[in-house]
Amino acid sequence: MDLNLKATELSLALPGTDDLPEIKTTTTTTSNQIKTNKRSSPDIDASVTDESRSAPTPKAQVVGWPPVRSYRKNILQGKKVEPEMGSGMFVKVSMDGAPYLRKIDLKVYKSYGELMKSLEEMFACMIGLYSENDGYKGSKHAATYEDKDGDWMLVGDVPWEMFVTSCKRLRIMKGCDARGLDL
Amino acid sequence: MNNNQMCESDGKSRTGSGTGEYFITYPDQVLENVLENVLLFLKSRYDRNAVSLVCKSWYRAEAYTRSDLFIGNCYSVAPRRVTQRFTRVRSVTIKGKPRFADFSLLPQDWGAHFTPWVLTMASAYRALEKIHLKRMSVTDDDLAVVAHSFPNFKELVLVCCDGFGTSGLAVVVSECRCLRVLELIEDEVTDDEVDWISCFPSDGVTNLESLAFDCVESAINFESLEKLVARSPLLKKLRLNRHVSIPQLYRLLIRAPRLTHLGTGSFSPSEEQPQNDSSRESDYLSAFAACRSIVCLSGFREIAPEYLPAIVPICANLTSLNLSYANIDAEQLKPVIRLCHKLQVFWVLDSICDEGLQAVAETCKDLRELRVFPIDAAENAEGPVSEVGLLAIALGCRKLQSILYFCQQMTNAAVVAMSKNCPDLVVFRLCIIGRYRPDCLTGEPMDEGFGAIVKNCKKLTRLAVSGLLTDKAFCYIGQYGKLVKTLSVAFAGDSDMGLKYVLEGCTNLQKLEIRDSPFGDSALLSGLHHFYNMRFVWMSSCRVTREGCLNVARHLPRLVVEVFRRDEEEGGERGDFVDTLYMYRSLDGPRADAPRFVKIL
Repeated sequence: MDLNLKATELSLALPGTDDLPEIKTTTTTTSNQIKTNKRSSPDIDASVTDESRSAPTPKAQVVGWPPVRSYRKNILQGKKVEPEMGSGMFVKVSMDGAPYLRKIDLKVYKSYGELMKSLEEMFACMIGLYSENDGYKGSKHAATYEDKDGDWMLVGDVPWEMFVTSCKRLRIMKGCDARGLDL
Repeated sequence: MNNNQMCESDGKSRTGSGTGEYFITYPDQVLENVLENVLLFLKSRYDRNAVSLVCKSWYRAEAYTRSDLFIGNCYSVAPRRVTQRFTRVRSVTIKGKPRFADFSLLPQDWGAHFTPWVLTMASAYRALEKIHLKRMSVTDDDLAVVAHSFPNFKELVLVCCDGFGTSGLAVVVSECRCLRVLELIEDEVTDDEVDWISCFPSDGVTNLESLAFDCVESAINFESLEKLVARSPLLKKLRLNRHVSIPQLYRLLIRAPRLTHLGTGSFSPSEEQPQNDSSRESDYLSAFAACRSIVCLSGFREIAPEYLPAIVPICANLTSLNLSYANIDAEQLKPVIRLCHKLQVFWVLDSICDEGLQAVAETCKDLRELRVFPIDAAENAEGPVSEVGLLAIALGCRKLQSILYFCQQMTNAAVVAMSKNCPDLVVFRLCIIGRYRPDCLTGEPMDEGFGAIVKNCKKLTRLAVSGLLTDKAFCYIGQYGKLVKTLSVAFAGDSDMGLKYVLEGCTNLQKLEIRDSPFGDSALLSGLHHFYNMRFVWMSSCRVTREGCLNVARHLPRLVVEVFRRDEEEGGERGDFVDTLYMYRSLDGPRADAPRFVKIL
């Protein structure tokens, strides 16, 4: 969805004068305006489609107007609303022995080092960084991930960029279990 | 400051000559003890605030006996200050984000974190029993802290909160053995694929009195739920999510006939069930008939309207009915609403049209609260309800106290009629969805209608305006709205005068939220005398400049003046004007957790 920046400009013209921004013909209807409260979305979405309304001109929709909470807006469409996470790459992280999952946004990190540091803090444990020669020497836990094909791999195997695009979820295992994972 | 200066500084009184006074050790202490015992009966926080101002001794006694804490703005005071003053708290209510956050006007990571509060309370309030949060960001970790820190924990109520998931819920339900109330209302709960319903302790009976999870989007383990209900003899309130079908609802109802509040779940058949399964209809009717105690009914999240008549047996007892997720028309509503003579609260979709509202007006003479939500929120949509419906309600429901009404067109006459026929109105929120829309009959602005509301409704404390409005409307509001505490304005007014009228006239104003209105710096200045008395002021897409905001901040050092852009761009300004201004008083200065894009002046 493109940002239609000109159309977002607040026009304080006299009420009644229709200061119409360019309306993009898109196939998006109001039903695609499904956003959760949390998302900072593109400001407007021109609703042009079907309606042969007697209203003079189709007005561009404004963010947060009318003041109806988004999950109410969705009932008409009967759509299942998943709480959106925004545009990040969120993956679930579980740790053996921890009572609940966490979620992290992989886009936030630029390297394995950053990711590991963050995981360490999160789970307050030591995760060794895998290295070709040493394996997970001396550490109690190992980070593994499930890739696009459903295989469980050790974190650190592949170049970072490849990891980010193929990782579906993370699991921090006890170090001894991880050794069973073959490369 | 002691108003009882009978004694020497050593605390002993003298026997005055001939007075026969008794010897009292530490009369101050006795007085405080007496006071404490009296104050235990004082529940209202307004009364308690007054008491605490009398003198130091009363301040101490009040602080010692306050068990219910209410924090209207989580940033108005630091958690530590609170726990140091009030040491024996059992119940905490905290409100966070401003209401416009519900409509995507607040950036995602703005704040209102529960974490600093829960960590401070974990050590200070070991006897805490109840936590009630509204518009706060709550993490699973926070919920874990709650579960681990308060051995007597009984009630968790989360309204419009986010940041947590089913894993956090699992920790709470498994560890809080005294849990009586778990109410999740309009929260965003992430699906962590944890079967939290199965995490309730499985031994013996539970203490559960109220369980509400209608906003939880993830599927529920029905067998566990059924067993849970079966071993919760105290359960009175149960609100199911849309993953519970009618046949499942039936099974729960026969196990819990003493329910008083029910959220029905989807209210449609399950996928396996054949449609038009009329053999079961009589079962459903009798299940509802057995629930003689239900007074509050909601749910209907994916209603199959042909099943609605199943609730007929309980209609006569209902005081509250929420059909605001049910896309039904007037013909489907009438057989049900015609029986609801005792109804006081009614939430519904405008799909019932003016005709449906007329039916409501004919039967529900005791109606106190009405909310009519739009099924189609587009500005150029056909409006199924209009001034006709509003007028019908005004004439039929004379006891109305609170109304929220979405429509596409309105007349001043209908609004004036409501102001005259419903003198008990406390909350009047009219949302004409088309912006700047005038009276559809006369073409005039909606000034006179809203003017009549503030003039005639002497008890009005909450007002939301819409439609074409000039400064005149605000002149009326400032002149007559002396009791107004909350005011919502959008796309209204001509000039600074509009806001000036309000800030100068509405002496009891506490919460002001304005968007897209031409109010600027000089209007803002006219409120300097009052901002410290308010919970917050929100102005977005108005004509306030950075300089204007700085000016306010300079004049009022204890006011936290936040400036930001909705799209999280740094700087806060969009063109010449500030995108969003959000300000509130604080005892502890600017908050430390403000994200990068929020500038505190």
